[in-house]
Amino acid sequence: MGHPSLITIENLRFERDDTTVVSCDQLHLDVGEILQVEGPNGSGKTTLLRLLTTALQPSEGTILYCGKSIAQCRLEYLSDILFIGHQSAVKLMLTAEENLLWMATSELSSTAVLDALEALGLAGYSDIPCYKLSAGQQRRVALARLLVSDARLWYLDEPFTALDRDGVKLLEWCMSDHVSSGGAVVVATHQDLDVQGVRHYPVLGETLLRACP
Amino acid sequence: MRKQASNSFYAYLRRDLLLSYRRLGEAASPLIFFVMASTLVPLGMTPDLASLAKIAPGIIWVLALLATMLSVGGLFAGDYQDGSLEQLLISPQILVMPVLGKVTAHWLITGLPLTLVSPLLGLMLSMPEAGYLPMMASLALGTACLSLLGAVGAALTVSLHKGGMLLALIVMPLYMPVIIFGGATVQYGIDGLIWTAPLAILGAMLAAAIALCPLAIASVLRLTSIN
Amino acid sequence: MNWVWFYRLGSPLWFYQTTTRWLPWLGLLAFILLTIGLVWGLGFAPQDAKQGNSFRIIYMHVPASFLALAGYFLMATAGAIGLIWKMKLSYMVMKAAAPIGAALTFLALFTGAVWGKPTWGSYWVWDARITSMLILLFLYFGVLALQYAFHNEEASNKASAILALIGTVNIPIIYKSVDWWYTLHQPSTIKLTSAPSMHPDMFQPLLVMILGFYCFYVVALCLFTRVEILRRERKTGWVGDLVGELNGSTEGKRQ
Repeated sequence: MGHPSLITIENLRFERDDTTVVSCDQLHLDVGEILQVEGPNGSGKTTLLRLLTTALQPSEGTILYCGKSIAQCRLEYLSDILFIGHQSAVKLMLTAEENLLWMATSELSSTAVLDALEALGLAGYSDIPCYKLSAGQQRRVALARLLVSDARLWYLDEPFTALDRDGVKLLEWCMSDHVSSGGAVVVATHQDLDVQGVRHYPVLGETLLRACP
Repeated sequence: MRKQASNSFYAYLRRDLLLSYRRLGEAASPLIFFVMASTLVPLGMTPDLASLAKIAPGIIWVLALLATMLSVGGLFAGDYQDGSLEQLLISPQILVMPVLGKVTAHWLITGLPLTLVSPLLGLMLSMPEAGYLPMMASLALGTACLSLLGAVGAALTVSLHKGGMLLALIVMPLYMPVIIFGGATVQYGIDGLIWTAPLAILGAMLAAAIALCPLAIASVLRLTSIN
Repeated sequence: MNWVWFYRLGSPLWFYQTTTRWLPWLGLLAFILLTIGLVWGLGFAPQDAKQGNSFRIIYMHVPASFLALAGYFLMATAGAIGLIWKMKLSYMVMKAAAPIGAALTFLALFTGAVWGKPTWGSYWVWDARITSMLILLFLYFGVLALQYAFHNEEASNKASAILALIGTVNIPIIYKSVDWWYTLHQPSTIKLTSAPSMHPDMFQPLLVMILGFYCFYVVALCLFTRVEILRRERKTGWVGDLVGELNGSTEGKRQ
């Protein structure tokens, strides 16, 4: 064990109203890995991702980023992650291009944005307000962020929702390209991924345990 | 090249202004409410100009307060529903600046137009001329206070999807000092007293609100909006 | 420094057991003080020169107003402790303080109105102190409404704690503003807001009543908090044991 893992989770627990929603004893994530978080509805996948993005604070335990607690190196950590949630954060009143320029954490050139949109099959749609796009196209706008961002860690919550077959392939290609160039991905989905080197991590919240005696 | 903290203020200001520009009808409704509701007063009370003149400052201030309160509920609702709020919470920046940017945009969309239109209402309610300047000055400062305080309430209720009534219950007591000094500024102006005195207190309140409210809003959003 | 007592305070079980021991005595003390104060104040204290017997309502009004305001600060302090040290018991105290405070504020307003009729000739006067009291009641309503709006216990705790704190920052501003507003519009009637120095014979029973109200407040707060503890800890072992014991004893009586 030379240097610490990219992400280390130790005895992480999250409680809501005295119910344990997420409990994770030990988890490592290294560069080049795709971690697929699996579990039935209500098992705490989204909550686990929200703990990883610091949107929620754990009740117990720590998350380490390169060996440092993410509470200590918060800004550094947050500028290295990219989260695409269940709700895509796409503003319907803005165009696809405006959305991307707006959501990027660093200054972007307009050409980079247009290239990203083209790569996701949205060429020619860049100046149309997003409410005119279909659900799948809106999802593609959100996913275009992956191409223009320089974040090392991707956290994707149900990214395949509303995507067609081509879209799924495209996203899988994006993920494998990202991990081969030194990044890592945590993805919560039910879909079987057609990508090399996916590690599975099952989560079982207490909700489920109570539901099936 | 990372975006600067001060830039995030302008970024959110610009985005919220752009969003309301794209939905101009919705953005204009507080203003229309303000003018419409003022017609209810003579209809419900009396068309007698002398009696209206007497209560005009209070009526205009109450209506401005209600218009601000009704519109402030949506300040974070849209961002909450489409996930932008969560993205904001996990963005590597100080939360205070974007929040202040959003509130400033809200004031520019509601408070400022209300201030500019208020002479029209003064005219309709036959307010004495000496009251116009104090009214506009006090509304300009006061509605900014109302936007800031209302935003705290909007942040507290953002995850509840109930908005309106609950928000009103929460923020109305906080609004009372503002309306006291706002109404008094206009009355002082009409009575020929030194109206800049209550206006100065209103300014002091605004200064305190600018310093404290964004902090409160930021911590409220962090603690209660994502569950 | 030994902080053990502080952390023990955070344990609902410890609170429950301790209050079980102390509550009867405290209740008795409150009852005695209130009885003495009422009999003394209503029966034996001298009449007011100007107001006659109607002034006697201050024996209810003044302690209630005291505690209404103090209760708000207590609620906000409990909320702040909860936010800072993540102490569950503190949130429960905060939650218990809200309805009691609102009830006392209402009592203060009600007694004020009853006193106002013979004194000012009207049940409601927009007097500075009454108006401030009314706004305090609204502040309580806001906290209560917010508390019950959330389904999620934790979000409800945090949100109402923050609102209570914001209210605390605002109370001095509201009071000062209303004061100023009242002097601006002061009607030319007799000014009764600044009470003349009271005769000791009138003041002593008032002091007893204030003490009695404080004791009563603590008793009520403990009782409300205990209900809240039982509700929130209903899944834990000790509450189960307690319920088992109670069931056992009632069954024993039936036999």
